[in-house]
Amino acid sequence: MLLSEKLNLIDGDFLTADTNVITPPRRSEIIEDLQTDILRLQGFKSFNNAAVDGGLGPIRSAFPNATFPLGAVHEFLSEKSEDESASGGFIAGLLATLMGSSGAALWISSCRKIFPPALKAFGIQPDRFIFIDLQKEKEVIWAMDEALKCGALTAVVGEIQNISFTESRRLQLAVEQSLVTGFILRNNFRKLNTTACVSRWRITPLPSESIDELPGIGFPKWRVELMRVRNGRPGVWDIQWIDGKFRPVHKLSTTSEGKQKKAG
Amino acid sequence: MEKRFVSIWFRYLSTDWFSLRQPHLKNLPFVLRTPSHGRMIITATNARAEMCGITCGMVLADARAIVPELEVQDDKPDLTDKLLIRLAEWCIRFTPVAAVDPPDGILLDVTGCTHLWSGDEFYLKEIVKKLNERGYDVRAAIADTMGAAWAVARFGNETLVPSGMHSEALMSLPPEALRLEADTVARLHKLGLRQVRQFISMPRTSLRRRFGEHFLHRLDKALGQEMEMIEPVRPVEPYQERLPCLEPIVTSTGIEMALQQLLETLCHRLQQEQKGLRSAVFKGYRVDGKIEQIGIGTNRPSHHVKHLFKLLELKLSTIEPALGIELFVLEAPKVEDHFAKQEKVWEGSGGLEDERLSELLDRLASKIGTQSIHRYVPDEHYWPERSFKQTSSLDEKLSTTWRIDKSRPLQLLPNPEYIEVTAPIPDYPPLLFRYKGKLHTIVKADGPERIEQEWWLQQGQHRDYYRVEDEDGHRYWLFRLGHYHDETFQWFIHGFFA
Repeated sequence: MLLSEKLNLIDGDFLTADTNVITPPRRSEIIEDLQTDILRLQGFKSFNNAAVDGGLGPIRSAFPNATFPLGAVHEFLSEKSEDESASGGFIAGLLATLMGSSGAALWISSCRKIFPPALKAFGIQPDRFIFIDLQKEKEVIWAMDEALKCGALTAVVGEIQNISFTESRRLQLAVEQSLVTGFILRNNFRKLNTTACVSRWRITPLPSESIDELPGIGFPKWRVELMRVRNGRPGVWDIQWIDGKFRPVHKLSTTSEGKQKKAG
Repeated sequence: MEKRFVSIWFRYLSTDWFSLRQPHLKNLPFVLRTPSHGRMIITATNARAEMCGITCGMVLADARAIVPELEVQDDKPDLTDKLLIRLAEWCIRFTPVAAVDPPDGILLDVTGCTHLWSGDEFYLKEIVKKLNERGYDVRAAIADTMGAAWAVARFGNETLVPSGMHSEALMSLPPEALRLEADTVARLHKLGLRQVRQFISMPRTSLRRRFGEHFLHRLDKALGQEMEMIEPVRPVEPYQERLPCLEPIVTSTGIEMALQQLLETLCHRLQQEQKGLRSAVFKGYRVDGKIEQIGIGTNRPSHHVKHLFKLLELKLSTIEPALGIELFVLEAPKVEDHFAKQEKVWEGSGGLEDERLSELLDRLASKIGTQSIHRYVPDEHYWPERSFKQTSSLDEKLSTTWRIDKSRPLQLLPNPEYIEVTAPIPDYPPLLFRYKGKLHTIVKADGPERIEQEWWLQQGQHRDYYRVEDEDGHRYWLFRLGHYHDETFQWFIHGFFA
């Protein structure tokens, strides 16, 4: 059905449009259809086979179409090494389902601290990761741009402190062609500027819960703040990483600002 | 490396060819004839005719007198030459260096090839078997020199001459085995020299006086004292393309065009031969005699023009044409097999095997250097810094699995950092620690996990690792270096858990 026809239907003159329709589609259905159409026109591709689930649960409702946007660039903010580690863990959890058993990913950084064997605990084969260690931030952005154009990769993670709007726009354009998912880790950023990234996250570690009243450290637990998401609803959630899956603890609040914000 | 040669002797080359086309000739005495001085001369016979006593060079009428039912056909000029070239090309499956040895043989340089057929014996058997299956009656011999292989193939009993035994093998052969002219052979027989061993120890001066310089050359070649060149039917060309220019090239556009053209011809050839280059050198010969050159390397063999052009293009700016470049040369010093992959029905998700990934890494490596690209595989060590090792290849498989039984921090500091700690004695986890000026109160802790130094690799004290969580929920990996009661111990922070 053409977009204009659907718009006509909402306007109420669907009876004149086609009298043979036995049960005319309800208004809400049409609007839902239209929304998915608009998302498609805006470049959101639906990946039926590779949708990230991994127990994201309520967080998924924040995304357009209730699917984690692939083929887009996501931005993660962190201020301290502890936050950076938590962001790394959250990304690793997302990547585990994304990469599956055969995917490959790149980790580009100018001051890499990631410890490859630890990725295995998040369900990733660390040998499927290729680490690119560079000297300058500019080189990281260049390498990330090149890598995001390569359709053979599942995802590219780049540790970039400061990125300008133009640079982020370039990355976004690169992924629109190749449908690779990009993650930018911004530790100790200088200025919180506007970027063309599809979402902005902040992951902070939370005290872990004891397992069955036993002493010692429990499963990793994080506060996931989705500060901004294009065509979605930002929110704050607490989640745990248990047995290779995200387990949401409980939802704190829906939209922090009360209404949806447009990013980029 | 010790050279090895195979000589193949086609005993009835042209008659075999006729019998292949007319199978009924196989079981009949059959000869080929050609007119000469008003008579018909026999030029080739098959095995059956030879058994009846018919030889080459006999007049046809005489042969008919011996065998009245003799089958006769006209010989084709140049047939044997063409056949030998074709057969030599076919023999390239056994060795890249195959040569024609007219009038009735093929020579192969099989140095370093026979082990692929698990040894000389099987190699030789395989050649003979394959040629027999094709319908040719052959004898093949293997020896250290071409002369010896030739001699043994035609006159020897044992066709496999072990390495270094070629002179012994020649001893009992008749003088014909040395590839001599007919009159020299006749003279040798006249003198009663019917075996090589009878004259091999004679003084060289007298041999030269009686039989000429040529005789000595032949003898030396058979014994391996003189080098003999083999002229391959299809020479192994180096992977190199040249582009001379009428006018010296000074512009970058011109250089790019030259590169593009050279790449296209080289890659076309590589594609035909199912090869891909691992490294390439592009040279420009300048008018003033200097040579400008750039080089690239690839992660996997490639004959993809666009990709290779992109790699070289990044370095083109370093070429200084000065007064102009008059000759461009593109070389591929390192070439490997590259087989075309089967097309996938579904577009795969890529992965490490994908060619696009290795092309991406080539591009990155050409700008930032290969030393910045790392891939890790697990290593069998408990010491955290040694629990993984770097690999340069995308195809290296894991020799051991990644361990997950012990919890490891997602972020590891390149060097453990010194911290101030308050800890109860002797082996309890710390209560407080100060890192970068901030005081952390530890709420939960796991440990200790003792990791000993591997004394055969490095001397030093062991580490007792603790996983701790502070009141903000931040998780750290701390360790104490050394025993508590030594009082020389120190506390360090080594990583951050997710």
